[in-house]
Amino acid sequence: MFSLFRKGKKPAEPAPAAQSAAAPAAADSAERKPTTTASGGRMVKINLTVNGKPVSADIDARTLLVQLLRENLRLTGTHVGCDTSQCGACVVHLDGRAVKSCTTLAASCDAAKVVTIEGLAQGGKLHPMQEAFREHHGLQCGFCTPGMIMAAVDIVARRGGRVSEEVVRADLEGNICRCTGYHNIVAAVLAGAAAMSAAGTAKPQAAE
Amino acid sequence: MTATGIGAPVKRKEDQRFITGKGQYTDDINRQGQAYAVFVRSPHAHAALKNIDLSAALTSPGCLGAFTGADLAADKVGTLICGWMIHSKDGSPMKAGAHPALAQGKVRYVGDHVAVVIGETLNAAKDAAEKVSVEYEALPAVTDLAGAQSSGQAQIHAEAANNTVYQWHLGDKAAVAAAFASARHVTKIDLINNRLIPNAIEPRAAIGEYDAGNDSLTLYTTSQNPHVTRLVLAAFIGLAPEHKLRVIAPDVGGGFGSKIFIYAEETVCLWAARKIGRPVKWTGDRSEAFLADAHGRDHVTKAELAVDANGKILGLRASTKANLGGYLSTFASSVPTYLYAPLLSGQYDIPAIYCEVDGVYTNTAPVDAYRGAGRPEATFVVERLVEVAARQIGMDPAEFRRLNFIKSFPHQTPVIMAYDVGDYEACLDKALELADYKGLAARKAESAKKGLKRGLGFSAYIEACGIAPSQAVGSLGAGVGLWESAEVRVNPTGSVEVLTGSHSHGQGHETTFAQLVSQRLGIPIEQVTVVHGDTDKVQFGMGTYGSRSGAVGMSAIFRAIDKVIVKAKKVAGFVLEVPEDSVDFNDGIFSSKATNKTLTFPEVALQAYIAHKFTGAQLEPGLKEGAFFDPTNFTFPSGVHICELEIDPATGATRIERWTAVDDFGTLVNPMIVEGQVHGGIVQGVGQALLEGAVYNKDGQLVTASFMDYTMPRASDVPSFKVAMTSTPCPSNPLGIKGCGEAGAIAAPAAVINAITDALGHEGVAMPATPQAVWRAANTSAQKLAAE
Repeated sequence: MFSLFRKGKKPAEPAPAAQSAAAPAAADSAERKPTTTASGGRMVKINLTVNGKPVSADIDARTLLVQLLRENLRLTGTHVGCDTSQCGACVVHLDGRAVKSCTTLAASCDAAKVVTIEGLAQGGKLHPMQEAFREHHGLQCGFCTPGMIMAAVDIVARRGGRVSEEVVRADLEGNICRCTGYHNIVAAVLAGAAAMSAAGTAKPQAAE
Repeated sequence: MTATGIGAPVKRKEDQRFITGKGQYTDDINRQGQAYAVFVRSPHAHAALKNIDLSAALTSPGCLGAFTGADLAADKVGTLICGWMIHSKDGSPMKAGAHPALAQGKVRYVGDHVAVVIGETLNAAKDAAEKVSVEYEALPAVTDLAGAQSSGQAQIHAEAANNTVYQWHLGDKAAVAAAFASARHVTKIDLINNRLIPNAIEPRAAIGEYDAGNDSLTLYTTSQNPHVTRLVLAAFIGLAPEHKLRVIAPDVGGGFGSKIFIYAEETVCLWAARKIGRPVKWTGDRSEAFLADAHGRDHVTKAELAVDANGKILGLRASTKANLGGYLSTFASSVPTYLYAPLLSGQYDIPAIYCEVDGVYTNTAPVDAYRGAGRPEATFVVERLVEVAARQIGMDPAEFRRLNFIKSFPHQTPVIMAYDVGDYEACLDKALELADYKGLAARKAESAKKGLKRGLGFSAYIEACGIAPSQAVGSLGAGVGLWESAEVRVNPTGSVEVLTGSHSHGQGHETTFAQLVSQRLGIPIEQVTVVHGDTDKVQFGMGTYGSRSGAVGMSAIFRAIDKVIVKAKKVAGFVLEVPEDSVDFNDGIFSSKATNKTLTFPEVALQAYIAHKFTGAQLEPGLKEGAFFDPTNFTFPSGVHICELEIDPATGATRIERWTAVDDFGTLVNPMIVEGQVHGGIVQGVGQALLEGAVYNKDGQLVTASFMDYTMPRASDVPSFKVAMTSTPCPSNPLGIKGCGEAGAIAAPAAVINAITDALGHEGVAMPATPQAVWRAANTSAQKLAAE
C-alpha cells in the first residue's frame, strides 16, 4: 500500500504551536489554530539530520523536502526546475540514496539523514565530483549542477565505481541540463568516478 | 598567449559557487516581509472576459490583495511592448494589438494572465487564487498557422485583419523570377520549422520591492538584459522613472532568448509591491514556463532553389508564414524578418534571393527569439534546399556545396548582409576529414548487414552575430541601439573591477572577460572581478543574446582598457620622470628608453590614487575608464556540421553515431568555454530535429505542457561530439571575435534531417523526427508519402 511515510517510520504526531528556530520565516495570519497553518493545513513536528547537523522543525504537513531545505533552512543550493519530478535539479541524498526532494514530503523524513550540495565538501575540501565538474567544464548556468553532482555521486557509489560513458548517460536519465549538451557532464562524471575510486569512496554510502 | 590570457582554456572563476550550492538565483533571494504572487491564468485559448469576481479570494485566509487588468489600467500602467517596427510590402506599419500585463476584455491564449492574487504565504496565495471566479465566453480558437489568415477564422485582435500582423518581403522579386526562368533545374520543398519551448532549467522569477522612503522600486528578475528591462518598465510601461528603478538580474539559470523579454509577471510584481507596500515574489513553476514563456520558431515555408546546367545556384525563393502567437512579445516582429531572410544566402554565392514573410497572430503563447532566433530557420531552409538539390541533380552534397561556396571576401549578398571574411572550404575539408567521409560507404554497408539504415547529413551554416551596428538596425526598425558598454575600475592596489552591460547566464563572462583584462594589464586573473546584472552598478548595457557578448561586450572592455593604459602611461611618466610618450607598457611593466627604472601595474595604480607625483593641473587623479563600443558590421561565424546516424527500420529509433563540428568563430577567448557552447547548441538543435515540438490541439490547449509530454534531450539521446575549429578573425572588432553561442542550434537541425533522409532514401520526414515518424517514413514508400 502506498504510504507517505517511509517503511519503519511512524507518522509524526501533530506538533504544538510552539515554533522551533527552524520554523517557516513567513508570517502566518495571527489567529490561526494551534496545529493548523493559515490556510488550514495540518502541522507536524520532525527531527532529522541535514548535512550532519540536527534539525527540528514544525512544518505544514504539505511541506516538501525541497521547501524545508530552501525556505526553512535557507539551503538554496537545492533547486526546483520542474513540478513533475523530471529535471533532477532538486536531487539530494536521503539516508545515502539520491532522491528528488521536490516530490518527497518533509514529514516522511523524520529521523532521516539528508545531505545536500552544501554538505558534500568535507573539511573545506571539495568532493572529487565537484572538482571534476569544474575541471571538465561540466556546468554552464549552474542551475542543474547541484542535482547533477548529487546524482553523479550516487551513480558512482551505487555502481561501485564501475561506470562507462554508456552507463553514465543511461543513469543520468533523471537529470536534465539545457546548457551543456551533456558532453562535458559525462566527462566530468567519468573523471569524478575515477577520483572516487582512487579515494576508496566509490561504494554505496552508509545511511550514516 | 599567457596562461590566463586570450586563447587559454582557463577554468571558470564562477564555478566555485555553483558547484558548492552558493549560487544566488532570483528564487534564492528573500526580502523582509515579502508576500507571494500567484497568477490566475486563462484555461481558454480565446475568450471574452465577461466578469471577474475577486470577493471570495479577498476574504480567503492570508490574502493581501487581488487585482485585474482594470486595476492596472486605473493606475495607467502601460501595456507590454514590441520594440521592433516592421513595415509591410505596401509600406504600412505592422498591425499590433495591445498586450496588457493582465488581460483586458479578452484572453488570447491558454495561460494568458487574468488576475494576480497576493498572499502572506505561497499556499495562502494559491488557495485564494483558486477562489477567483471568472466568467468566460469562449470564442473559436485560431491554432492552425497555415490557415490562420483565412477569412472564416476568428479575429484575435481587432487591429490585425485576417490575423495578419505584417506581410513583409526582402529581395528582388523580378530578378529571382528571371533566375528561375533560366534555370535547368528547380528544387522545391515544403518545410515546417517546429515550435519549441525554451525550457531554461531555472524557471522565470521576480521580486518587486518598493522603498517608500525614497519612492523607488527594485526588481530582482531572471533577465538576460536588466537595463533593457528597466528602460521598458520606466519609459513604456511607466512604473517608475528610470532613476528610481533598480533592476537586478543575479545568477540566471539559462536563458536561450526566453529571458530577454519583458513579461507580464515582473511588471505586475513590481506594480503590486507599491500597491500593497510589501515586497512581492513570484516564481514560475514549470507548467507556467511551458504555457507563458515565449516560445520559439514555428514557421511554415515553401522554398525553391534554381540551379543551372553546371550545378551553380542561380536563385532562391522562400515564402514563410511565421507564428507570432496571441500577442507580440518584446522582439517578436524582428525574428522571422530581419533575423531570418538576410541569412538565406547561407555560405553560397546566390545572385538573386527573394523572401516574403507573413507574421500571423494565433491563439497560442507569444513566439519570440530562441537560441539562434531566425537564423536556425534560415539555415534549415538553405541547407535542406541545397541537400535536396544536390541529390536531385546527382551531385555529391559536399561537392555541390563547395561548387557554390562564396570564395572571395568581402561579399555582398542580395539580402542586406556584407560578409566580411571567411574560408568555407577550409571548414568543409577539415570536417570531411574528421568525419571520415571517405569511409561512409563501407560504414553504410556494415549497418545494412545488421538491418540498419545509415545516413550522413551536412549543414554548412552561416549566422549574423555581434548584434549589432546601431545605425544599421535602426534603419531596419529596431527601437534601440545595440552597442555595449564597459567600465574598467582600477583599485589603488592594482586589482580591477570590470563593469559590463553584458549579462552572464551560463556563458562564463566572469572568466573570459577577466582573461582579457589579465592579458592586457598583465595582472593575475585572480585580481579581476567582473560585475554585471545590476543597474545600480553598471550604468547601461544592452545585455546578452545573439552571440554578442564577446564581439560587442568584450570589445567595449578592450576600448576601456585602451584608455586605462593611456592614462596609466601618463602617471608612469610622472613617476619615472620621463616624457609620457616614451613610456612603454608590456606584460604589466611600465618602462622607458629614457630610464632603466620600471614600474609594475599595481605601482602605477597606487601612484594614480595617491597623486603625489603630479599636480591637479597636470593630471586628474584616479584610474577608471569607460567605453561604449558600437560595431561597424555584424560578425559572420560559419561552419560545417556533419551528422552520421543509424536508423532501425523495425522500431524507428534513430541513434546518432558521430557528430563532427568544424566552426570558424574567429578568435577564441577560451576554447574550453567555446566548445561547451557548441555542445549545448548542438543538443538543442538535435532536440528540435528528433524530440521537441510544442503541440496545441484545435481548441488551443497546449498538449505538451510538462517534461512528461515535451521531450527534452537527455544524456542518453546524444553522443559525445568531435569539435574542431578554423579561424578567420573578424575585422570589425578589435579582438577578431565572431561569437559562438548559437552555432550548434543553427547548424544541427538540417544536419540531422539531411542524415535521416539520406538513410531513408527519400525526403518524407519532418521535424521532430520521432521514432514514430521515422518508423512510418522508413516503412512507407516515398510515392505514398508524397501522395498523402
